[in-house]
Order: sequence, then C-alpha cells, then structure tokens
Amino acid sequence: MSHAAAHDHHDDHDHHMPTGFRRWFMSTNHKDIGTLYLIFSLAMLMLGGAFALVIRAELFQPGLQYVDPHFFNQMTTMHALVMVFGAVMPGFVGFANWMLPLMVGAPDMALPRMNNWSFWILPFAFSILIISFFVPGGAPASGWTLYAPLTIQGGMSVDMAIVAIHMMGISSIMGAINVIVTVLNMRAPGMTLMKMPMFVWTWLITAFLLIAVMPVFAGAVTMLLTDRHFGTAFFNPAGGGDPVLYQHIFWFFGHPEVYIMILPAFGIISHIIPTFARKPLFGYSSMVFATAAIAFLSFIVWAHHMFTVGMPLQGELFFMYATMLISVPTGVKVFNWVTTMWRGSMTFETPMLFSIGVVFLFTLGGLSGLMLAITPADFQYHDTYFVVAHFHYVLFAGAVMAMMGGTYFWLPKWTGHMYNEKLGKLHFWLTAIAFNITFFPQHFLGLAGMPRRYADYNPIFTEFNVMSSVGAFCLGFSQLLFIYIIISTVRGGKKATAEVWDNPEGLEWTVPSPAPFHTFDTPPTVK
Amino acid sequence: MASHSPDQYYVPDSSYYPFACSIALFFIALGGAFLLNDVSAGPTMMGIGFAVMGILLFLWFGSVVKESPEYNMDVDRSFRMGMSWFIFSEVMFFAAFFGALYYLRQLAIPWLAETELLWPGFEASWPSAGPIGAELVTNGDPDAAAVMEGTKYSLIDPLHLPLYNTLLLLTSSVTLTISHHALRDDKRKAAIIWLALTVVLGVVFLVLQAEEYIVAYQIHGLTMGTGVYGSTFFMLTGFHGFHVTLGAFILLVVLLRMMKGHFSGEKHFAFEAGAWYWHFVDVVWVGLFIFVYIL
Repeated sequence: MSHAAAHDHHDDHDHHMPTGFRRWFMSTNHKDIGTLYLIFSLAMLMLGGAFALVIRAELFQPGLQYVDPHFFNQMTTMHALVMVFGAVMPGFVGFANWMLPLMVGAPDMALPRMNNWSFWILPFAFSILIISFFVPGGAPASGWTLYAPLTIQGGMSVDMAIVAIHMMGISSIMGAINVIVTVLNMRAPGMTLMKMPMFVWTWLITAFLLIAVMPVFAGAVTMLLTDRHFGTAFFNPAGGGDPVLYQHIFWFFGHPEVYIMILPAFGIISHIIPTFARKPLFGYSSMVFATAAIAFLSFIVWAHHMFTVGMPLQGELFFMYATMLISVPTGVKVFNWVTTMWRGSMTFETPMLFSIGVVFLFTLGGLSGLMLAITPADFQYHDTYFVVAHFHYVLFAGAVMAMMGGTYFWLPKWTGHMYNEKLGKLHFWLTAIAFNITFFPQHFLGLAGMPRRYADYNPIFTEFNVMSSVGAFCLGFSQLLFIYIIISTVRGGKKATAEVWDNPEGLEWTVPSPAPFHTFDTPPTVK
Repeated sequence: MASHSPDQYYVPDSSYYPFACSIALFFIALGGAFLLNDVSAGPTMMGIGFAVMGILLFLWFGSVVKESPEYNMDVDRSFRMGMSWFIFSEVMFFAAFFGALYYLRQLAIPWLAETELLWPGFEASWPSAGPIGAELVTNGDPDAAAVMEGTKYSLIDPLHLPLYNTLLLLTSSVTLTISHHALRDDKRKAAIIWLALTVVLGVVFLVLQAEEYIVAYQIHGLTMGTGVYGSTFFMLTGFHGFHVTLGAFILLVVLLRMMKGHFSGEKHFAFEAGAWYWHFVDVVWVGLFIFVYIL
C-alpha cells in the first residue's frame, strides 16, 4: 500500500494544523482528542494511584496510623471511581480515538464535534467528584458501588457523585455511539466486518455494551437521588422497596462494565502478540465470536457479585453456572494467544513483554474468578481481600498493563520517535514484579478471612499486609518511569519508520510516523 | 479542515461548542447538587447552566443546519445510525425502571410479606405502598382528610384520562406518518398541517398528563411518596412525560424549519430523527399503559 493517501492535498489549502487554544480545546481531530483522552487517563491513573497509596500506607501495620476510618473509606471509594471512570475507560477511548480511524481507513471519527464533547465532559465531571472532598462530610465513602441504604443516608457528596456519574454516562454514551458509527459506516472499501482488526472488533462490541448499560446505571443512581430527596421508596422496605433492588440494577450495569474495561485490552494484545511472534493471529474468527459470546454472557451473570445477599437457590445456581460459562470463550482467547506465539519467531520488545504479562497474569485473575464463581465457596470469599486480589489481577494486570503495552506499541506511530527500549523493559519488570508483590499476598489475606474496606485489621494479617504495602509503593513510583519515558519519547529519540516494527499488519502502519494531522482523506482500498 | 467536495466525508472545522457545553453542563450538575442540599448558589448556578446550554445547543444545531447542504450520504448515514443508537440507549434507561417495577411487584413485595417478624400482618398485593405506607381504598375516593394526612390513597381509572392519552398518542403517530408521506411526495402544505396536528396532539397529551398528576395528588392521595407504587408510577410516567416534552419540542423545531422551506422529499434527516423519537415515546407509553395502569 502506498503512502499517497496520507499526503493527499486538496484544492482549498485549509489543511494547516490549528494551534494553542483552538487546537486543544476546540478540536475536531480524532488524533488530538485521542491524545487528550490519553493524557487525562494518565493523570487520573496517578491521582487514583495516590489514593491507593494512602490506603496501603494505612494498612502497612494494624491499628490506625495516618487517617481516620471515614477518610479511609473515602479513599477506597474515590480510588475505584477515579480508576474505573477516569483512568481505564477514558484510556481505552483514547486508544479508540487514535487508532480506529487509522485502522479502518477513515478520515476521522464519524461525529467529530460530539467526539470533543465526550472528552471535555470528563474533566468537569471529575472536578465535581474532587470538589466533593471539600463539602461537609467529605467525599463519598460508600464504596464505588454506592449501595443503598448507605448512600440514602450519606451527605451532600453522594449527590455530587450522582451528578458526576450522570455526566460520565453522557460522555461514555456519546463516545460509544461515535465508535459504533465510525466502525459501521466509515470503513475503507473492501474492509468487510470479518477483515476488521481485532481492536476494532473488540471496541465495536465494547461500545454496544456501553450503550446498553450506562443508561441502566443512570437509572439506578436516579432512583437513589429520588429516594434521597423526593420521597420515593425504591430501596426502602418500609414503603415496599428493597435495597437489594439497587444491587441488581447496579450489577446489571456493573458486570458488562467489567468487560467494557477488558475487551479493548484483549484487542490491543491481539495486535501486539502477532507482531512480535511474526505470525498472523491464530483463530481470528473464533476470537471475534469469543468476544461476542463474552459480551452476551456479561448480561446474564450479574448476581454473582451478590451471592451472599440472600437470593433464591435457583438464582444462585443459575448465576453460578452462567458465570462459569464465561471461562469458555475467555479460554478460547487465551489459547489463541498462546497458539499465536507457538513456534513464532519471537522477540521480546517492551510491548510484547507487557502482552505476555497480560496473558499470564490475566489468566491468574481469571482462575481466581472461577473460584469466586462457585457459590458456596463465594460465601467464604465474599468481600474479602481475595476479591480485591482477583479484580486487580484482571483490571491492573489485564486492562492497565495492556494499555501500557499498547502505549509502547503505538507511541512511535503517535510521536514519530522510538522510546528507550532499555527503560521500557525496566518499566515492565518493575511493574510486573511490584504488581505481584502487591496483590499476590492479598489472595492469602482473603482466604484467611481479612475483609476489604476496613482501615484496621487483626494483627495476624500483618506480614502479608506489609508485603502488599511495600509492593504498592514500588508499583506506584515505578510509574514515574513510565511518565518519564513517554515525555522523553514525545520530545525526541530515534526516528521511527512508517512500519515501526518488523512487518506489522494493519493500515495504521501504512501512514508515516508520526501520523500526519489528517490521514485517509481519500479512503484506501483493502484487498 | 473542511473538505467540501461531495465525495468526501464532511469533517467539521474546530468548534468551541463542545467545550462551552461542557462548562454549562458542569454548572447544571453542580448547581443541581447544591440546590438539593440548600447551598445558596445552587439555583443561580443551575439557571445559568441551563440558559447557556440552551443558547449553545441552539447555535450548535444551527450550524449543523447551515452545513447540511454539504453533507453527503455517508454523513447522513452516520446521523441515522447515531440517532438509532441514542434511542437504544433511551430504551435501556426505561428498561431500568420497568425492571424495577417488575422486581418490586413480583419479588420484593411478596418477600416482604413473608418476613412476619419484621412486618406482622403485611399482605402481599399490588398496588402497594409498603408495610408502613398509605392504605389503598379500592372503591371510590378516599376522604379528603385521609388524603391530606397521607394515610389513604386510591387509583387512577385507566379507562378515563390514561385511555384518552393512549388514543391521543397513537393518533399522533398516524398523523406524523401521514405528514412524512406528504413530505416525501413534496406536498409541503399537507406535510406542515399534519405535522402541526401531531405537535398539537402531543401538547394536549401533556396537558392531560398534568391534569392527571393534579388529580392524583389532590383527590386520589397518590404521590411520589406513596410507597413503591407511587415511586414507580410517577418515575415511569414522569420520565415518559419528559421525553414527550422533548419529542414535541423536536417536532416543533422541525415544523418551524419546514415552514421556512427546509428539507426536501429525499433529504430530511431531522424530520425522520424526530419521527423515530416520537414513535419511541409512543411505544414506551403503550408499555406504561399496560404495565402501570391496567395490570
């Protein structure tokens, strides 16, 4: 494929790049908006990480050291809200913005102004969330799930969290509509659905999940709001309501949300592994169908988050078996990645290290998930550190590490410079090792019965908590290296070629590095 | 950039609307949270937010209308897909409330009745205002004193106002379709008349719905605080009414544009988007009529 498409000039020479305020605040360019999303995500990762370090500092030893329990609860709540809605989701939208038009050969996202609105809502929504620290009673302290009846009794910050969530929901839904329309309507001629790159497929399905469940979450928090202020009784048994109803609605959103946060990660490593194994992705179509199957199943497993709440036995059984079923399509994916690597000409550049790390560590998280799916066993594990360990293996080692790998993979395409490979590898090893020191001991803590979301604990849990806290600080400060590498790559470094890697697949590698401000004004043809 | 050749996808020039709309949304949201907690700045903030948002959306939609001659069929398809998925998200929003209705009625109330220790003597039935809620009076109006105290309530007869409202909305879908066919045949005058009739039917629906709320509060003693029945009744019909208001406003704008000579027989995305939205609120109403009023 020629590079002509990227250099296409047309008659009205208004192709120049806007600068300053106009470029960054009024953008309709998918690459700039993608960059904004990625910077925002990284900033939120640091903020949420700082909250996590407060938690780990307090839990370094038993007893109360640095913060009071109420503030500790604010930290656990805000850590989760910031990481889920501020770091992981916008991070993947940033990747989608940058890469989807490049991968499908489109000139931009389908609805560029709405794209910019999706982004700019987020800093304002998170401002409201942060301001809530300074209102009477402090930030929300109910856990990110905002369970009734605790949130019915909470202070002003609960209302602020609710309106912030509404704003994030508006942003997510608009972003998801944009992704779906771009993928379905803007593909280059010849790119049939079953020729789409995996990242495009996973984001298409993720966007569907977002549109299906974000409004349900909006409904749930709206009921909270009216229960708090307008006298309704959705979650109040005295009026015939049921707090468990909140949990059902929340997790009907919450479980697909889990896949919203992991499917794009699957997409990213499905690009990286074939590139560095120098083999096409094994079982492309089974990958697509596995993704769709996971998305379907995500709608019928929600109550496994609430096994101990008191459900009818049939319900417990149904949700147990449905949950276990998810391991089938997920297993298909893991085996496909492993088989892609099988007898490949493997090299281990930083993106590949992160991807192999994801496959290994995510699978560990998947296996602990299988343990949690077993209803009678879950009665023991529920709300313990075992759950905390489980979802950090899938969310940090799955979603966040895949984003880090994706950053190293496409950073040369974005900036035009190669990153420092030695430092990148160092970052990987620091992250992977510190991550395991932080979270592996939490499995043992949970199995021994240490409950989550407490500022204090029984002294028998001390050793593993010390390990976990030491690991957490190493993990947190290792990320400063990540920021340093990104900044130095943006500023300079070895020039990257258009292909960057050894014969990678995909339209994004046919445009120069850095990708020009406008690409594919005239669509390329895919054979 | 703005590529103006018809074979290229229209990518709009940079725009301040999204950023400014985000600021307005910030004022609305934070002002709303303040308002609910008696912070004095709340109402002002919210008012400013709504006013600015209104102006910005007017300008934003205005510029889309101005640009629309340059949109090719690909852009048109993007808009259509975008609107369809937006309506799907609205469907899911209502699904949350219908789901809540199902859960409360079929599961939560019976389970509550089983917990004899907590609520002795509470019988599972529907409608219910819960164990300590008001008492349902099935025949005739409850006495005014009991309504004022909130101890008794009665139901709205589905065969009066709600039935009229059902007929109104169903008729409005028909008139809207007639208008659409007239527009496609370039019979502009007929299209305008039938669309105007649709808007009028929508407004009459809203007036009757307001009347129903007044009657519910003042005569039936049925309020948002009437336990789960009042909660689900007012939240479902209230959000529906809000959507009818929005749909009627969209159709009104389309009507004004049509009177100014916008749209052609082939190209009239705004009309169709408004029509889809209108049919969507119509379908939701049919669901409400069956599951909230009749059953």
